[in-house]
Amino acid sequence: MTVEGTAERKTARDGSKRTTAKKATTKKASPSRARNSAGPDQAEQDELVQLLTPEGIRVEHPDYAIDLTAEELRGLYRDMVLTRRFDAEATTLQRQGELGLWASLLGQEAAQIGSGRALRDDDYVFPTYREHGVAWCRGVDPTNLLGMFRGVNHGGWDPNSNNFHLYTIVIGSQTLHATGYAMGVQKDGADSAVIAYFGDGASSQGDVAESFTFSAVYNAPVVFFCQNNQWAISERTEKQTRVPLYQRARGFGFPGVRVDGNDVLACLAVTKAALERARTGQGPMLIEAFTYRMGAHTTSDDPTRYRPDEETLAWEAKDPILRLRKYLEASGLVDDAYLAAIEEESDVLGKRVRDVVRAMPDPDHLAIFENVYADGHALVDEERAQFAAYQASFADADAAAEGN
Amino acid sequence: MAVHEKITIAKAINASLRASMEADPKVLVMGEDVGKLGGVFRVTDGLQKDFGDERVIDTPLAESGIVGTAIGLALRGYRPVVEIQFDGFVFPAYDQIVTQLAKMHARALGKVKVPVVIRIPYAGGIGAVEHHSESPEALFAHVAGLKIVSPSNSSDAYWMLQQAIAGDDPVIYFEPKRRYHDKSRLDTESIPDPLHKARITRPGSDLTLAAYGPMVKVCEDVAKVAAEEGKSVEVVDLRSISPIDFDTVQSSVEKTGRLVVVHEAPVFFGSGAEIAARITERCFYHLEAPVLRVGGFHAPYPPSRLEDEYLPGLDRVLDAVDRALAY
Ligand SMILES: Cc1ncc(C[n+]2csc(CCOP(=O)(O)OP(=O)(O)O)c2C)c(N)n1
Repeated sequence: MTVEGTAERKTARDGSKRTTAKKATTKKASPSRARNSAGPDQAEQDELVQLLTPEGIRVEHPDYAIDLTAEELRGLYRDMVLTRRFDAEATTLQRQGELGLWASLLGQEAAQIGSGRALRDDDYVFPTYREHGVAWCRGVDPTNLLGMFRGVNHGGWDPNSNNFHLYTIVIGSQTLHATGYAMGVQKDGADSAVIAYFGDGASSQGDVAESFTFSAVYNAPVVFFCQNNQWAISERTEKQTRVPLYQRARGFGFPGVRVDGNDVLACLAVTKAALERARTGQGPMLIEAFTYRMGAHTTSDDPTRYRPDEETLAWEAKDPILRLRKYLEASGLVDDAYLAAIEEESDVLGKRVRDVVRAMPDPDHLAIFENVYADGHALVDEERAQFAAYQASFADADAAAEGN
Repeated sequence: MAVHEKITIAKAINASLRASMEADPKVLVMGEDVGKLGGVFRVTDGLQKDFGDERVIDTPLAESGIVGTAIGLALRGYRPVVEIQFDGFVFPAYDQIVTQLAKMHARALGKVKVPVVIRIPYAGGIGAVEHHSESPEALFAHVAGLKIVSPSNSSDAYWMLQQAIAGDDPVIYFEPKRRYHDKSRLDTESIPDPLHKARITRPGSDLTLAAYGPMVKVCEDVAKVAAEEGKSVEVVDLRSISPIDFDTVQSSVEKTGRLVVVHEAPVFFGSGAEIAARITERCFYHLEAPVLRVGGFHAPYPPSRLEDEYLPGLDRVLDAVDRALAY
């Protein structure tokens, strides 16, 4: 099965012709700038861009309008369901010993699918390690994401074939790469944009602050997409910041906005606007997607040690998938047959993921020495030869033993 | 705690932090997730409950910030014990450690002290993802002003950390994470060895194996297997990587005539190179064979399915022992 959705992306793109988009975003950008300078913080703290309430009621926002076709709306639903299924499958595979570790995105589907579907093919994504939904939108085969968690590689895909960079485990590093890449895009005179994903914990890293500085100073076409899932392993966002994260942007000289991260429509609309700002030379923007990590930090983590159940239960009511489904059902955009078909599709995906992972071979021993340098290195060659001879000595011994 | 109890290294470190905090109200524990969670390895489990969040501090997710503020706290008379969550995450703090922490005492003509201890769970063998299995000790050992130690058993873990905290120099305390759950005897009563003293953990007469941290156990297993083959291997647990107790290694090599140094870190420019060079200088006329090194390759630490190949195990060390003995 291939990852579909290119059609939806194309439609979305055609729907936002450059000229109109340019006008629209200029208009969009100004109110947020006005807000940023206007000031009383309390009003901003309470502000959350929302287009779909937790009850599935469609609401409007003055700055972030969006008009999607039925097909596009169903596509977002399908993306979220399949991504959640993939994630659940990976968690199970970890429990079964097929993966060494898994970082679940459960609860963050809307933030990832919404922002991911806002991207154009020529945009470039710098993820952390939990962006399975964004990878899905980019057309990365989801099974490729599992290699590093199984321990057979450190990446598993060609970043340039989907404009989706490798996962980054060292917190915050990728925000600088995204900024530099965006500086390159700008130098090239291209009109694509770059998006960097990171968490609320990452916002404390020097690298992230430096990426804000660079992107602002060079007016780089980069969108910072912070998924504030409320926790950095055991530490609440309050351990990272005293102001809402989106407000940080102002101090660096670009706008920040907080969006309901469990509302796929709002995430899509706000990310589109931010990308258009970037494309049209208006520089970076920070989006704080206010969401929640429903599961453990990773399969190695035990949230019961630090997180009250009531909190998790309260967020369950804001489930991003359920919310969209309520809306789709109420608007008559889906029926039981459609939902059943998606379920079936996710079963097929689940089975494929299981099969592929179980069949994933361990790498060859000599892979240790592969690609250490692009132009080669004498010491690596020497060590490879020594190691190969050493390994072969066991094979010789085995053969001799069999011969006896 | 009983005087002679079998206890895991993780629990010994926890007991050591507890003892240090009880002994000196200036001792602080700082790091990511060290509070309620007790650290991702639970090494600081229960400390915040007992000492409060003013002394067991959950920090923002910022290693440069953690070490940089620890330096400031130390300048103000505190003794911060910093936890870096994993070896590969020390590098955002590398600048603070190398350009500031290491040099401050010298720059201030000895007038200020920065007794910061940096605990780093390090090295591989736990099947982790990238950046969770590194052995960066040589990168720190090259820097003057830092002391670097790595215990291999529970008693050392317990005592060496307290000694590091009580000392006035910055110390990087590398914890062999794949040994965290190994149990060994914790002796809380005998007077401990000095922090930088190497120890012969198994006597022998044909060859010396020198190692530290996670590799000590491998070398002891090698010595056992070698003994079955009639070879007498002496194992030296270096315990300290900066400084290195060369006297103990020298007297062992003067007796055995052969030395193999074993570590997980890449061999190239690694601590084994330093040891080989020094021991060759000191023991030139005693050596029956060149000093050999066994360690990691000049390649990134591999994905976990290959780490058994990458890490020096029984076979690779035995192979080096055989080669040394063949001279
Ligand atoms: C530099 C660095 N320090 C520590 C870690 C260990 N670590 C991995 S994830 C994590 C928490 C990250 O929280 P956040 O940025 O909020 O992202 P989330 O996992 O919640 O999506 C920590 C401390 C790391 N990977 N990199």
